[in-house]
Amino acid sequence: MGRALLVCRLAVNDIRRRPAAAILLLLVIATGATTLALGLSLRGTTDNPYARTRAATNGPDVVATLLPDGSNGTGPATSARPGGGAGSVPADAGALAGLVRIEHAAGVVSRSGPFPVTWTLLRMGHTTASAEVEGRGARPSPVDRPKLLQGSWVRPGAVVVEAAFANALDLRVGDRLSLGGSTFDVVGEAVTAAIPDYPDVCSHLGCFLAGTVSSHNPGLVWATKADAEHVARAAASTPLAYFLNLKLKDPAAATAFADRYNAAASPTAPFLYSWQDIRAGDAQVIAKVRQVLILGSSLLALLAIASVVVLVGGRMAEQTRRVGLLKAVGGTPGLVAVVLLFEHVLVGLCAAGAGLAAGWLAAPLLDGPGAGLVGAPNAPALTGSTIGLVVALAVAVAVVATFVPAIRAARLSTVAALDDAALAPRRRAAVVSLSAHLPPTVLLGVRLAFRRPRRLLLSVFSIAITASGLVAVLIGRATEGDFLAARVAQATTIISVVLVILAAVNIIFIAWTTALDARHPTALARALGATPDQITVGLSVAQLLPALAGALLGIAGGFGIYYAPKNGAGQATIVPAGWLAVIVAGTMLAVAVLTAIPARIGARRPAAEVLKAEAR
Amino acid sequence: MNDIDRTLVLRARGLRKEYGRDAGLVRAVDNVDLDIGGGETLAVMGPSGCGKSTLLHLLGGLDRPSAGEIWLAGRRVDGLTERALARIRCVAVGFVFQAFHLMDELTAVENVELPALLAGRSPREARRLAADLLEQVGLGDRTTFLPAALSGGQRQRVAIARALANQPAVVLADEPTGNLDSAATLDVLRLFESLHMAGQTVVIVTHDSRIAATADRMISMRDGAFIDETSLTGGTRGNLADLAGLGG
Repeated sequence: MGRALLVCRLAVNDIRRRPAAAILLLLVIATGATTLALGLSLRGTTDNPYARTRAATNGPDVVATLLPDGSNGTGPATSARPGGGAGSVPADAGALAGLVRIEHAAGVVSRSGPFPVTWTLLRMGHTTASAEVEGRGARPSPVDRPKLLQGSWVRPGAVVVEAAFANALDLRVGDRLSLGGSTFDVVGEAVTAAIPDYPDVCSHLGCFLAGTVSSHNPGLVWATKADAEHVARAAASTPLAYFLNLKLKDPAAATAFADRYNAAASPTAPFLYSWQDIRAGDAQVIAKVRQVLILGSSLLALLAIASVVVLVGGRMAEQTRRVGLLKAVGGTPGLVAVVLLFEHVLVGLCAAGAGLAAGWLAAPLLDGPGAGLVGAPNAPALTGSTIGLVVALAVAVAVVATFVPAIRAARLSTVAALDDAALAPRRRAAVVSLSAHLPPTVLLGVRLAFRRPRRLLLSVFSIAITASGLVAVLIGRATEGDFLAARVAQATTIISVVLVILAAVNIIFIAWTTALDARHPTALARALGATPDQITVGLSVAQLLPALAGALLGIAGGFGIYYAPKNGAGQATIVPAGWLAVIVAGTMLAVAVLTAIPARIGARRPAAEVLKAEAR
Repeated sequence: MNDIDRTLVLRARGLRKEYGRDAGLVRAVDNVDLDIGGGETLAVMGPSGCGKSTLLHLLGGLDRPSAGEIWLAGRRVDGLTERALARIRCVAVGFVFQAFHLMDELTAVENVELPALLAGRSPREARRLAADLLEQVGLGDRTTFLPAALSGGQRQRVAIARALANQPAVVLADEPTGNLDSAATLDVLRLFESLHMAGQTVVIVTHDSRIAATADRMISMRDGAFIDETSLTGGTRGNLADLAGLGG
């Protein structure tokens, strides 16, 4: 009990003694914890808005789709394309008969449709987007009755735009738009539970016509049946597709109903999907946000480890004498290690608490239902597993980062600790020999960089993590382009900004620690004739070398991060070389600027003063 | 012993270095005038804290005076920029410190060649020069040793070789034997004697009168000011070991 009290007292006293360092540690760990908490708490938050939308629109339990060439939408892409077909005509009677058979299947209690559907380009001013145009009657359907949020229902020459799509394109009631060359008035905005939220309309529907506008994440537009057929004829390309909405006696069994039918149907028969599939599609945006946040939190955790290692390393350098005193009065090596570990675990636990609170409070900013659904989301889920994972992450960061310095302190001889002797720098004969051929500033930089190889690796690691995150975001944006959902873009931006901030903090820490550690050799170099500018540039070079290596590794890492979760699947994206060059150049520039300040301050201290202080 | 070249290598007038202000004002160097001729060995002695080291740092451009003028090899240097002072330190001044101040991770020869590399000499030339200097100071067989593997006297000899790397106008030595035992002190003094014989201008700061006795001239300091100046006719002509009272 006495030992535990002693450990607590020593740890708390040390935290109090250096509150700024403790707060910095807490913030660094809390950043990763917050992101993880945010990602984990978003699970299932869209279920409630989808249920409300389904109730408000009498959403279908099952939607049957009949694509123009008879493909059921799950198969490979077809060659159907605008301008290349036989004209826009209703599907043949045989194919439509397939839909009729489904509407009379056992368990079906009501239906609406089949509604004709075509795909075309929507233009408004300079905006162009793919649109899925669904033909509807002037009267509300018994099943899938889109709920108008603004304006009125379709009429000849006037269309209603799905709310999320309208929101993305900034369309308003009263605007005029062009569909396949014909002009229409926008008379309303509505929501539906029959398709997933834009831009994931195609995630479960039959938008698999490669090379056509339909493959480019179309948004839904309702028009009259005649207008939809007119648009399809004007495009003179794709035969009409048909959607049939069904209500079942047992809505909960919708997936089983659809699976049973799809398994038995021929490849050219209509394809069925259930309301549970659509709900999952709606949750995709949030799922992507979660994926980004959880991946981001992993990167931030790694970066936090690097930050904490640097911070703890710096604190340990200050604590060497304290360790010596502790040992001199009878503290065992084990006690020394436990005190240091406990101190940082304590900070880690506080950071976990702060991260959980911040993540829970921030979740509503990212889990909104989107414009395509109505109603408030479920409260973010702060479950036991979420709490456990966040606490585990924060404690793991603290332990991983503190373990080596703690063991080193425990092993340090009491006399050496009392003398406060700095750890002797590593000699790298090859580096010394090679650097002799370099200009004096680079010579100083290279030698300073390699004096502390562990710190050098931390720099490389820290910058590689940040660059990996940024490159992954760039690949995501290059791949998904304008169709990156706003909230996913928001999440990637948050992660990017936090990564950059944390990396900047790391760079400053490392540069400052390097400048402090290099006080003696740089003062000596100045006594031997090096100018302050040479010292400043040398210290910057010492940071730029790992920055370059980190940025290059980060490019490879970014591709890995983006493609690893997909198991390498997905279309390979060519990220413009200019973007990657900007990442490397930007990293170097940022490091140079962030390093210059501590380097300059370090270089301005009078050499004589440093040499006197460091005389040993 | 060579004749002292009366051309002044170092000259100081009204030199002052002050720290603090008002009641806390400390004059580490107080209105010092000084002339040092070429080839002269000057000893500055006095008790700890009398301002000897500060004077040396001012003369070598490592620190800036609060007032006064410093001339080095005919050029006024007290108002130079830090960059210009660095250049002066690189080519015209060689420092030897009590604490040696060698780079722990560099071998003896790498330490000695460092000023030459900073001065822009080619690596090959710098290495040759460093090896020659180490040979001159009796460490030709220790060129690849790290400082930790050398004795205190050997480390100081490496530091002296380093100070000579760019053939400076003046070598400024701050308590060069302060950390050494008697035998090592004698070795270092012999080295300074050989520099003196070769016409090298040397300023040695020491609080040990036996060391000061080996110089051509000795100046005593107290509270930052010169209080006495003595020309030593015996100087390094006598038996160095006897002069220094070190036996041997």
